[in-house]
Amino acid sequence: MTDLSPTDVILATLAQVAPEADPAALGPDADLRLELDLDSMDFLNFVVGIDERTGIDIPERDYPRLSTLNRCIEYLTGRMAEV
Amino acid sequence: MVAEFRMPSLGADMEAGTIVEWRVKPGDEVRRGDIVAVVDTDKADIDVEIFETGVIDQLLVPVGRRVPVGTPLAVVSTGTASPNGSTAVPSVAPVPTQPPEPLSGPLPKPLSGPLTEPELRYSTVLRRLAHHLGVDIGTVTATGPDGSVTRDDVVRAARPPSGVLEVLPSAAEAVATEPLGVGGRPGERSVTMRRAIANLMARSNREIPHYYVATDIDMSTAARWLEATNAQRSVATRLLPAALMLKATALAARQEPALNGLWVDDAFVPGSGIHLGVAVSLRTGGLVAPALHDADAMDLDTLMQALRDLTQRARTGRLRSSEMADPTITVTNLGDQGVDTVFGVIYPPQVALIGLGKMVERPWADHGMVGARPIVRATLAGDHRATDGRTGARLLTALDALLQHPEEL
Repeated sequence: MTDLSPTDVILATLAQVAPEADPAALGPDADLRLELDLDSMDFLNFVVGIDERTGIDIPERDYPRLSTLNRCIEYLTGRMAEV
Repeated sequence: MVAEFRMPSLGADMEAGTIVEWRVKPGDEVRRGDIVAVVDTDKADIDVEIFETGVIDQLLVPVGRRVPVGTPLAVVSTGTASPNGSTAVPSVAPVPTQPPEPLSGPLPKPLSGPLTEPELRYSTVLRRLAHHLGVDIGTVTATGPDGSVTRDDVVRAARPPSGVLEVLPSAAEAVATEPLGVGGRPGERSVTMRRAIANLMARSNREIPHYYVATDIDMSTAARWLEATNAQRSVATRLLPAALMLKATALAARQEPALNGLWVDDAFVPGSGIHLGVAVSLRTGGLVAPALHDADAMDLDTLMQALRDLTQRARTGRLRSSEMADPTITVTNLGDQGVDTVFGVIYPPQVALIGLGKMVERPWADHGMVGARPIVRATLAGDHRATDGRTGARLLTALDALLQHPEEL
């Protein structure tokens, strides 16, 4: 378990995956893949990064629920509450 | 016995490189495969591996110096007696060379003055270009750094400068005015990167008579298999569709060896293995296409990890010399960018490039029934000097057949 908030986890992981982008400047409902130009390898690294930070293993079928910053936070908040 | 370690050719588009960092010093022991230097190729900083085992005797080129491909960079004592009594032999010889000077004393010459061996000053690409344009390369006025001859010099020698050419700043001038050997300059890197891509792709379109074939591949079985496989795996070990497609491409290339290799001096040279070039787009613009060595022999997990590692290092600029030097066939996967079809431009001197588009649901007729299936369009750009469309078509057919049995990949 981590002390980081879901928002911190997501922003930190995005910063790692797309270092030259500024995730903090992202609109909360903007499409992540589109806005940050993430390809499937980047997205996999994003999911792996979340797992490394939180121990939460996100199944592939849940990927569509990680489409925007807001949806990521919502999803991760839910999953972290389960732990 | 001593050997020379030379500036390697890290891709067909490379004419010269700058030593950014020495990882060894005189007296250090090195083993074949050790990273001894970091070289800036204009596209990226590359970790350069040595082919010799021995002790570093001398470093001949200082950090920051830009030298043509083939220039001796260091002298290595290999510790074994020379069989024929000669004092020196070239170790890696990307260009025909004369034996280097005997090591009777220190070799200050490469550091301070122009190189003594004329051939070493010109890359294979330059010599071929000069030959092609009917230019005697020995008479070309050199404007490159340290008196080296650039591609533009050769072109200028072939054609007297017109008014337009006078006005445009040449690539050579741009190179000469750049600060050298300093990392962390993304703006300049993107300029040199664009220029390197421009040179190579212009050469491709100038020299290679391309033909194109395409086929739509039903990915239902592969997608189902992948979903079921990944559902049982933790995130870090999941497979991407790209891993399946790269493995299948490598196996298909093995079945059609005429498409796996290089076109050199008007003849096809078969690849020594299936070294799959993977086009990786960089987040800051541009792309590199390093090799996954012997991709046909990797199992899917190994290939997936190798692909992750390669993509990550390509994007952080830590590729190795062996990866840059020798892809035998390249795959470019633009599926993530949302396009259906890739019209490829071959990386010379390779003879084929395979393009993969996005996986999309399409109406698909099978046994008289129409249903929606996930489809990927695979294309192949082939060099007509080496093969005909028939061979390209056979490779795509093999790729399709292989992807119908993902469990066997």
